[in-house]
Amino acid sequence: MKDLNMVFAGFGGQGVLFAGKVAAYAGLLENKEISWLPSYGPEMRGGTANCSVCISDEPIGSPLVTAPNVLVAMNLPSLDKFINAVEPGGTVILDSSLIDKKVERTDINVYYVPSSTLAEENGVSGLANMILIGKLFHEVCMAEGDYGFCKEETLDKAIQKCIPARKADMLEFNRKAVKLGAEQ
Amino acid sequence: MSEKVLMKGNEALAEAAIRAGCHHFFGYPITPQTELAAHMSKRMPKIGGTYLQAESEIAAINMVLGASAAGIRAMTSSSSPGISLKGEGISYMAGSDLPALIINVQRGGPGLGGIQPSQADYWQATKATGHGDFQLLVYAPSTVQEMVDLVSDAFDTADKYRMPAMILADGMLGQMMEPVVLPEEGAKKPVEKPWAASGHDGKRTHNIINSLYLTPDKLEELVKERFERYETVKKNEQRVEEYLVDDAELVIVAYGASSRVSRGAVNKAREKGLKVGLIRPISLWPFPVDALRKAAGHVKQMLVVEMSMGQMVDDVKLSIDCRVPVHFYGRTGGMIPAPAEILGEVEKLLK
Amino acid sequence: MAIVFQKPSSLTDAPLHYCPGCTHGIVHRLVAQALDELGVEGKTVGVASVGCSVMCYDYFSCDMVQAPHGRAQAVATGLKRARPDNVIFTYQGDGDLAAIGTAETVHAATRGESITVIFINNAIYGMTGGQMAPTSLPGQVTQTTPYGRDTNTAGYPVRVCEMLSTLDGVAFAQRVAVNNVKNVNAARKAIKKAFQNQIDGKGYSIVEVLSTCPTNWGLSPIEAVKWLEDNMVPYYPLGVYKDIEEGVKVK
Repeated sequence: MKDLNMVFAGFGGQGVLFAGKVAAYAGLLENKEISWLPSYGPEMRGGTANCSVCISDEPIGSPLVTAPNVLVAMNLPSLDKFINAVEPGGTVILDSSLIDKKVERTDINVYYVPSSTLAEENGVSGLANMILIGKLFHEVCMAEGDYGFCKEETLDKAIQKCIPARKADMLEFNRKAVKLGAEQ
Repeated sequence: MSEKVLMKGNEALAEAAIRAGCHHFFGYPITPQTELAAHMSKRMPKIGGTYLQAESEIAAINMVLGASAAGIRAMTSSSSPGISLKGEGISYMAGSDLPALIINVQRGGPGLGGIQPSQADYWQATKATGHGDFQLLVYAPSTVQEMVDLVSDAFDTADKYRMPAMILADGMLGQMMEPVVLPEEGAKKPVEKPWAASGHDGKRTHNIINSLYLTPDKLEELVKERFERYETVKKNEQRVEEYLVDDAELVIVAYGASSRVSRGAVNKAREKGLKVGLIRPISLWPFPVDALRKAAGHVKQMLVVEMSMGQMVDDVKLSIDCRVPVHFYGRTGGMIPAPAEILGEVEKLLK
Repeated sequence: MAIVFQKPSSLTDAPLHYCPGCTHGIVHRLVAQALDELGVEGKTVGVASVGCSVMCYDYFSCDMVQAPHGRAQAVATGLKRARPDNVIFTYQGDGDLAAIGTAETVHAATRGESITVIFINNAIYGMTGGQMAPTSLPGQVTQTTPYGRDTNTAGYPVRVCEMLSTLDGVAFAQRVAVNNVKNVNAARKAIKKAFQNQIDGKGYSIVEVLSTCPTNWGLSPIEAVKWLEDNMVPYYPLGVYKDIEEGVKVK
């Protein structure tokens, strides 16, 4: 595979760090080299939050992604902050129910997924992040091509790894959200 | 072998310490090392250990001093401003020949500085942690797995030479998650410490843990004895990783987080046909002078990359007696250099 | 021949370095006597602080640790948490315990650390040559209060037993003096009780001992005892400030 350098960004509380962790765990379970690096500090208490996730066949150098080939954006400030850094040919997946704006760049693939609305309507509110994960894996990580590295069952295992035991009842909702995303 | 798990650097440091047989942790909250203390607070009550949130960094290091004096493995962790406060206690521990582990998850300074990753405490760690003639063992991991491995080694080496050890990490390594394999719990056997102040039970004369010697010739003698021990440490404990050094015309010298970025730059340089390598000091004290001297025999120049204004660069120059030009590139204040920036410097130097 | 008096075995044979008329020697003996009587010397670790008593590690025959200035109770906390079956005591002066080490003192007390604290209050910094202590009295002349302690600029003395007795973690706080036989006897009992409390797992115990410093007070040993009685005792009343057994709260 080619090196996947991903940024997950949004408001604190939207689950961008969790989404990144799921992607990182999927890499781990597929025996890839991986790193996950969060923004930290006052941001995590309600401001914008983001994390860098690298998945590669080679040891990861800098875990800080400055030129992502995948951007998952869950709010407008995050999109604005990272959109120009995305590598040409890269993929952007955004929550179009919260981002009322079209991306002007034409050298990247953009997927508009109304994930917050979808989550509300389908009884998985709070899991817009996992809907975007579903889309991301369907289009990139599980797809044929340079960046495909993951089997469907691996993603499911990764989700199980990331859900703490005390929230085990959330597993089915997460699965449902991922499935919804893949279908978009 | 346990399975590979995804862990934050801070949590991995904590869990590795527990598995290295350290069941006594004393700390004080500070970003970006807080997850370390939080992990300890979760685990210690379950294994009958001590997690104690002290009233200050100063109190915390002195609790470590007490626990270490009692002959058991103990540690504390902090970030830059907090380490400054621990300096006094660390000096006393060095002067009392007490082993312990101190972890510094560095952030930008001076003063309150910032909370983003930095490597600006190199001088403090290797040269001036506190007053007086003394050294610490200083280890600089560059991956979460290496953090786990070095915690155990640091405890063992500290016990062996009866001196405090420091792991010099930074906010990036502390906060990031990578896959790690942890050693089995309970595999580590406690080390016998006949010198400890643990109660003589009527079987020997009293042990005294002390750093006060009012007679100058006695103090000089003791300091000299300690420095003889340091010579042995320098001979036996240098640690370094060399990457593509053999045919290199230029080597980058970098440790910890900046070595990761530098490694990326080396790979990019090699793709362009440039003969660039990396020397990564793992022990910052003792400094890996042997590897640098060897490299200075065939490379034409060196580039030191740090997340500071240039602190390790002096040690590189001294190690090789300035036999080849030593350049410096750094970012500071919490800024992390990008591989492209370092590659730019390399290309400039090789032009 | 019958032995009617001897040095406690918890004291070494090292000659004490204290000045003539200094009461450290009496308090050392009382501590050693308590360790002897309780039979705990072999499992006791003492913590020496910074001040005149810094070298008490040479005088007590139990294991000893010398702590940084003010940090004795943090060091004691580490020792006790590492080996809860050991008996841990600190021996601290007023500068160490009530100035530079105030935070360590208050927090060890409020955590209810199971340690015994012997606090020597002689209202002056002895080792450095007679400067103002946190417990120096209003008007008291010292090297750094040459016109007498002016409470407008130098504030008021700290009453340690009164302050600590308000903390829930404290099991026992008593102020004693060693200025006469009766008071020495009371001090002996208080010190023994402070150790017994630890052995019984009752919690933090402190004994404050009003002591003399003839050298730095500029008085003869006899005058010093009188100065203590006339000046210190009124400001620092003797007695039990807290004893969870007796239900005594704040005196």
